[in-house]
Amino acid sequence: MISHEVRSKYRLTIGIECHVQLKTNTKLFAAVGNDAREAPPNTLVSHICFGLPGALPVLNEEAVHLATRAAFALGTEPQRFSKFDRKHYFYPDLPKGYQISQFDEPIIGQGSITIDVDGQDKVIGITRAHLEEDAGKSTHPAGKDYSLVDLNRAGTPLLEIVSEPDMHSAAEAKAYARELYLRMKYADVSEANLYYGNMRFDVNVSVSQTDELGTRSETKNLNSFRIVEKAVEYETNRQIELLEKGEKVVQETRGWDDAKQRTFSQRSKENADDYRYMPDPDIPPIVLSDDYVANIGAEMPDLPTGIRAKLTTVGLDKQIIETLLEADSPTSGQAYIKVLHDINHSEAVRFAANWMVNRHLAAFQTSIEKDTEAHVTYSDLPSPDQFVAVYQLFNQAKAINSNSADSLLFDLSSGGKFHDAGFEPETVAEQQGYVQNSDEAEIAKIVEQVIADNAQAAEDVKNGELKAIGFLVGQVMKFSQGKANPSLAQTLIKKQLGL
Amino acid sequence: MTAWKSINDIANDVQTGAVSALSLVNQALETIETNQQFNAIIATLANRARERAKQIDDRVKAGEAIGRLAGVPFIAKDNFLVFGAETTAASNILKGFNAPYQATAINRLEAEGAICVAKANLDAFAHGSSTENSDFGTTLNPRDPTRVPGGSSGGSAAAVALTMAPFALGTDTGGSIRLPASFTGIVGYKPTYGLVSRSGVVAMASSTDVIGPLARTVEDAALVLDVMAGRDDLDGTTIERDTADYSAFSGAIKGRKVGVVKEYMGEGLEPGVRKSIEQAIDQLKRAGAEIIEVSLPSLPAALAVYYIICPAEVSSNLSRYDGQRYGYSFKEAKSLDDSYGKSRSIGFGKEAKRRIMIGTYVLSSGYYDAYYKKAQTVRTKLINEFDSALAEVDFLIGPTAPSVAFKIGANTADPLQMYLADILTVAANLVGVPSISLPAAESQNLPVGLQIMAKQRHDRDLLAFAKLAEGIIK
Repeated sequence: MISHEVRSKYRLTIGIECHVQLKTNTKLFAAVGNDAREAPPNTLVSHICFGLPGALPVLNEEAVHLATRAAFALGTEPQRFSKFDRKHYFYPDLPKGYQISQFDEPIIGQGSITIDVDGQDKVIGITRAHLEEDAGKSTHPAGKDYSLVDLNRAGTPLLEIVSEPDMHSAAEAKAYARELYLRMKYADVSEANLYYGNMRFDVNVSVSQTDELGTRSETKNLNSFRIVEKAVEYETNRQIELLEKGEKVVQETRGWDDAKQRTFSQRSKENADDYRYMPDPDIPPIVLSDDYVANIGAEMPDLPTGIRAKLTTVGLDKQIIETLLEADSPTSGQAYIKVLHDINHSEAVRFAANWMVNRHLAAFQTSIEKDTEAHVTYSDLPSPDQFVAVYQLFNQAKAINSNSADSLLFDLSSGGKFHDAGFEPETVAEQQGYVQNSDEAEIAKIVEQVIADNAQAAEDVKNGELKAIGFLVGQVMKFSQGKANPSLAQTLIKKQLGL
Repeated sequence: MTAWKSINDIANDVQTGAVSALSLVNQALETIETNQQFNAIIATLANRARERAKQIDDRVKAGEAIGRLAGVPFIAKDNFLVFGAETTAASNILKGFNAPYQATAINRLEAEGAICVAKANLDAFAHGSSTENSDFGTTLNPRDPTRVPGGSSGGSAAAVALTMAPFALGTDTGGSIRLPASFTGIVGYKPTYGLVSRSGVVAMASSTDVIGPLARTVEDAALVLDVMAGRDDLDGTTIERDTADYSAFSGAIKGRKVGVVKEYMGEGLEPGVRKSIEQAIDQLKRAGAEIIEVSLPSLPAALAVYYIICPAEVSSNLSRYDGQRYGYSFKEAKSLDDSYGKSRSIGFGKEAKRRIMIGTYVLSSGYYDAYYKKAQTVRTKLINEFDSALAEVDFLIGPTAPSVAFKIGANTADPLQMYLADILTVAANLVGVPSISLPAAESQNLPVGLQIMAKQRHDRDLLAFAKLAEGIIK
């Protein structure tokens, strides 16, 4: 390991290229299904994906629509003129012998996004973002003298977002990757499912002791924020160690070995590939009118920046907001936030947000482990009115305790017995027996019994061991089948013990 | 030789039951059979064609309306994909490739009742001006079997000249419909770029490739174009068609402004060709056309521009023939690179390799600006010059080729000399304008083609004018 002192001599510079898979129904240039996740190999393939003679690419306009939304999410607008180019190389999963991409006239020009690193805002420049088609998938079965090619993924639309080399720490790289993910997810341009590689990050890392940038390595195909951070850390240390030994950093493509938690060399880039880019004569340039762009601008949903501002105003703390924004699966975060947005009662909003993050989201994470397709929708959750009503039962009327409030909200959610906006929480609480007992005389009797049955604990409380009072309250709750008002029970215990 | 009626009359005869589609298909197949020595055809589709003919005859008997090309046999250049038929583009690398889908042009013709009876010979991948580059042997010129029929649609042109079918389909990337039409004495039509879908046609140079008919008369060519023309969801470069029928002719020669392109009448033109074209111009003048000399100063650079842009696109378009999925594959390869290398070096012919090398070179980093980019700049200049000229005149006129059909083998040793055959045709492809080759007065007993060009999308006007010219120039 290199010492902090050695480390501090070097300035680290990071640029990130991110491939975002756009959520179109069909491929970028072919009317063939785009969801390759569960399909058997080579079933989502037409003459175009297969590169047959005479097959021509025809641009999917939905991809242009989504790229336009992405432009807004990156703090800019799409270029009014962009075009497609051919990038040539030979590989069996590239059927035409060229990939259709955008070389010098990308659909998105300069933009920027603001990230939060340890409470500090930092602006990261976006160099450009371009549309391109994905290649197929090659697999190389161990010990066999052949490889397998699956072209289901060939032609899937990707938006490659290229950042400026504006990041200088692993934490910044991680924050940037996370922010891109949130923006693409909330702009609704991608399923943004990291597990399925809907967003993949290529991280360019270099270190230098001067103002001039050092030789960089590019670690490709990272599919989580955590791995982005780890890869940057690993590469930083590896490169500094090489330089400290008087060796050189080689410009190369590297991969990430998650088992060994390290990067490894894939391909030296010393001899730059010549892709012989040329304009694709089969695809007319994309020309967007101001009206087209303005209409899409007007349909943009709330993006993370706006959501943060709104939720901060109603008093939610940052941690809760970020957890909600990040809620796994593409639509869940939006559902939570939309419900919160529709609750016109600021204390109830905080109450609802706490339940969502600490109870519902936790339960949902368990279900997502069983079914990666699982997601939360707006109507899966209690209605905004129901949230307010439950909050009032709990906090103002003190009619239910907090455990019951949690249970009641689950009852009113998808999978619960009373999942319908028509149910009155108060009625459900009564029916489910959640309404707590605040009858002093009745609870006093139970307290008397509990103290008698637990003489030792009662003695401990009297001797100042206040922890034991919790145990006694618990016993009262047990006796009352959970209905006793716990704060009343505590008051009465103290009273009977003469405290 | 058995003559054919006009396509319109044939379709009427089939529709009224005066003649059966099957008898027409048999007539076509017999004519193909008796003219085998010309090597115009790569393969006949006898079973498929007879099957379709019988269906059409049954439908006629059932009183159904078949369409504007009811029972009309035709021949497709072998770079058109016809469902279920082998499509080779006359190259060894595609031998054995059976088309699993079909060209839009073929679909549209079949939807109107036309029947594809055979696939015609061509220069492999349409690279050439003589059909001598075919891996299936050279096609002979029907007018003189010691001469080439022109190329690359030489098989299609010879087939029509030999009356194997009333019309054939060709592709024209730099002159490949018009040149063979000129050499064989028939009509060849190159539409505005994008007017006919390229989907399902083996690509040569995508930015100049067009699909068009070869026929004996302008009327037949216009009818075939009308059936094929218009936007296609499978080709993003297609354009909207005229709302009017391309074969509904109107107008007169009188008063039309015809620009004689100075650069087309310069040195290098065979005296007999010059005489024939001057005579045609004179006849148009006497019919009332206003003849104006125009100059397109960048025209002499057109061939050079073409032979940069075309190989660049060719090198890219031929990348897919890699021996991995279809067509020829070298089976004893030791590695992936070996498989690529051997499949392509064995599968491709000399001319394809030459164009791949040139194209790869001009697109390489360091050379792109000097060649490809500069060529595109000159292309834009040429487009502007055509625009200005066609703002002054209705049509541009000149010879289709600088010579009559040349002898087989005359140009095979010198690719540059061969490329010169396209010198008068490539500009229309680079610019995207429609162009037609019409038979003019013969020279040395061999056909000469008169070329007429018009503004982009003015196909209907051009065809109407050509129809009138056709009647007076021969």
